[in-house]
Amino acid sequence: MSTSSYNVIGTRPPRHDGADKVTGRAIYAADFQMNGLLHGAMVRSTHAHAILKRVDTTKAAAFPGVVAVVTADDFPQTPDRIVDLGEGETPVSHLRGNVLAKGKVLYQGHAIAAVAATSLQAAEQAAKLIEVEYEPLPCVLTAVEAMAAGAPLLHGGDTNVTAHVHHAMGDSEAAFAGAAIVIEREFTTATVHQGYIEPHAATVLWNNDGRVNVWCSTQGSFVVRDVVSCLLDLPVSAVRVTPTEIGGGFGGKIPVYLEPVAALLSKKSGRPVRLVMSRRDVFEGSGPTPGSMMRVKMGADADGKLIAAQAFLAYEAGAYAGGMVGAGAMCVFAAYDIANQTIDGYDVLVNKPSTAAYRAPGAPNAAFATESVVDEIARKLKMDPLELRLRNASREGTRRADGPKFRRVGCVEVIEAMQAHPHYSAPLGEPSHAEAKRGRGVAIGYWFNIGLPSSCVISVNADGTANLIEGSTDIGGTRTSIAMQAAEVMGIPVDRIHPAVVDTDTIGYTGVTGGSRTTYATGWAAHDAAQDVIRQMKLRAAKLWQAEAVEFADGVFQAGERQMTFAELAGKMSETGGPVVGQASVNPRGAGGSFAGVIADVEVDTGTGKTTILRFTAVQDAGRAIHPSYVEGQMQGGSVQGIGWALNEEYWMNPEGRMMNASLLDYRMPTILDVPMIDTQIVEVPNPAHPFGVRGVGEANIVSPPAGIANAIRDAIGVRLYHLPMNPPAVAAAMGGQK
Amino acid sequence: MKKTYVSMQLNGEPVEFLAEPSQTLLECLRDTLHLTGTKEGCGDGNCGSCCVMLDGTLVTSCLVLGVEAEGRTVTTIEGIAAGQKLHPLQKAFIDHAALQCGICTPGFIVAAKALLDQEPDPSEERIRLWLANNLCRCTGYDKIVRAVQAAAKEIREEKQA
Repeated sequence: MSTSSYNVIGTRPPRHDGADKVTGRAIYAADFQMNGLLHGAMVRSTHAHAILKRVDTTKAAAFPGVVAVVTADDFPQTPDRIVDLGEGETPVSHLRGNVLAKGKVLYQGHAIAAVAATSLQAAEQAAKLIEVEYEPLPCVLTAVEAMAAGAPLLHGGDTNVTAHVHHAMGDSEAAFAGAAIVIEREFTTATVHQGYIEPHAATVLWNNDGRVNVWCSTQGSFVVRDVVSCLLDLPVSAVRVTPTEIGGGFGGKIPVYLEPVAALLSKKSGRPVRLVMSRRDVFEGSGPTPGSMMRVKMGADADGKLIAAQAFLAYEAGAYAGGMVGAGAMCVFAAYDIANQTIDGYDVLVNKPSTAAYRAPGAPNAAFATESVVDEIARKLKMDPLELRLRNASREGTRRADGPKFRRVGCVEVIEAMQAHPHYSAPLGEPSHAEAKRGRGVAIGYWFNIGLPSSCVISVNADGTANLIEGSTDIGGTRTSIAMQAAEVMGIPVDRIHPAVVDTDTIGYTGVTGGSRTTYATGWAAHDAAQDVIRQMKLRAAKLWQAEAVEFADGVFQAGERQMTFAELAGKMSETGGPVVGQASVNPRGAGGSFAGVIADVEVDTGTGKTTILRFTAVQDAGRAIHPSYVEGQMQGGSVQGIGWALNEEYWMNPEGRMMNASLLDYRMPTILDVPMIDTQIVEVPNPAHPFGVRGVGEANIVSPPAGIANAIRDAIGVRLYHLPMNPPAVAAAMGGQK
Repeated sequence: MKKTYVSMQLNGEPVEFLAEPSQTLLECLRDTLHLTGTKEGCGDGNCGSCCVMLDGTLVTSCLVLGVEAEGRTVTTIEGIAAGQKLHPLQKAFIDHAALQCGICTPGFIVAAKALLDQEPDPSEERIRLWLANNLCRCTGYDKIVRAVQAAAKEIREEKQA
């Protein structure tokens, strides 16, 4: 089926929640109001690593307006066990310990206690009266330092390494011996934050009937339900989570921080309690994504065929095990067909917040290393860098070192689209002043995307419209991209479908809005639920017409000469048997990985070291672009986050583990003035494992920008940078005296 | 400390409320007056999510005290549409997919309106300079610039008609 045969898919209708979001009516987590609401405030660690000797809440509890105070001791002390509640396998003690520290604090900003009071001002003043006595311990802040002998140990034992991932195929050592060219380089990247504009917020009412009601900003309402019930030792059915609108997540709103604490405060006070993070809390108390050290070695023959590759990846886990190195190890060489590979990844504890996913988590770090080395190989061989990539590109049947063979993927098509793009052959133009130099860089990247369960229910209305309910919180227009897939099946315009994101009591289990899975998996559930609707309506038409077989195409039911539109038949529901409700649950395994690439033009001011992005083109395989504007939006957003990662963003830590730039002034995310228009080109290599060919587009677009910009800077100034961010002092230092 | 009585014009209507001396205008709008369309992203004037108009001047309401609004005129995102009719900026943000999560959108629309009220035909450079205090983490800004350009064009054409 070609795109042109679709009526809805591939069009750009306005989003269903548009009016609410441009008028200020949409309710985000901190906007949610309740009668009798109490306001909470947290006490957070001022040390990066310390024994908690004493936490005295006496004075805070006596402060006027204070209704409840809680510490880690208020959690049910259930025996430890390993659970997988949507954040990967984790001991319950780690989930609980990250929410409120017990015995020891592991990072500056680690939550220790919380207060609920009748006003926010009273809660904040009372929190300051909580006395915490620390016995400071030496801290360790980078993966390399934490792996060294004698490093301070966060969780005892004899190492901070919590996991070693090893993938190998062929014999990379032997293959290097036969290579015409071998390049080995070491790279480091700083800790960065997802930077969503809405701080975490949650309101919890532990009701008098024993049920715990949660309203919060989350990427996964069922994850919140499962974590809250686990930490409070309740059955999952005792917790109802209503996801509010969510002001960005990018992976950082999968972990659960505030909800269990607000629940404890509500249980103690008997009233609803709201907790909201400050921006400082967000930086210091939620999960950034790992800083890393990577050593990548690649070998090619004289024709530019990559024949061997090795990677050593050490990623910060933060305060608890379970960082992003596993995904980094899966993606580091995924773009290339290389017969001999050895990949070692290490997940390393450091005294920073427990890391969280951030858009293709782990992959941008790895791609920065790989794509820099590939660029250097192309330069040494005097080959066009895209030609070299095309010669080695992964395609259907290529085996990855971590095991799977690619099914149909669009790596080749993405590279070819980059080669054919007018940007790639356009002149760079003259530098804007005497000290400026211009350069162009390219890079490609891969993200595998995920499946996970999704549920959808569609009720037909007598006026020919339908109500669609689903459980995927909508961060970027997915109400519409999901409804469009139902509309396509039902043969009606998408504005006749009213999508709603509902609470965990009202819809079947649905996985997180993450892993680029929502349009793919929840869209698939909507497709199947819509087919269920059509199946039932065909039976109604058959009954009405006393017909054996009813056909349905383009919104029209037909049997012989008789035909009726969807709306006409919907109007006859009550006389043909009552309501029509379609439903579906899916748990797809065939998430199609997405390849993406960038072409970046930069101008480097050799006087100041400042890099300006002159022109930026993002190319990505969407499989099928359901709503092209939203696909472009994902590509543009991922690109600009990648630009920030490349040029400015970093956790600037002092030796004591204090973040020195925990504000949006000093943690320097790109502004509208820092970037040009971001050109996009959508490639469509349909995913054979989805009814419409969707691959998922949320993440792969951030993988290649840092590397593409690094390669552009190298092209401009003749010097390669091996550390992110490549901020002005770093670029100036790299140039040394040779400008 | 005792609360202070404040009266002001809010979105064309008189309002009265009590403010604690330390409460920001943003907190008064959201918590006391229950107009939650104005958002808090940072609390220190660096993200622009809380942009409102104060006596015709664009301000970040987290850096204004509630008591400072006494006798003054405040316009928030809730006062931008004309009844059922969306402002051209609001419509353009929807039509051009200039929002994803939407948390920064009220601030961008209020700030962009302040620009277009003064300068009906700003260049791309001017739009970017004016909106440099408003952070968006989802869109990469491309579609926001295009939405502002489209709205400016529509407003100019409406005036000519």
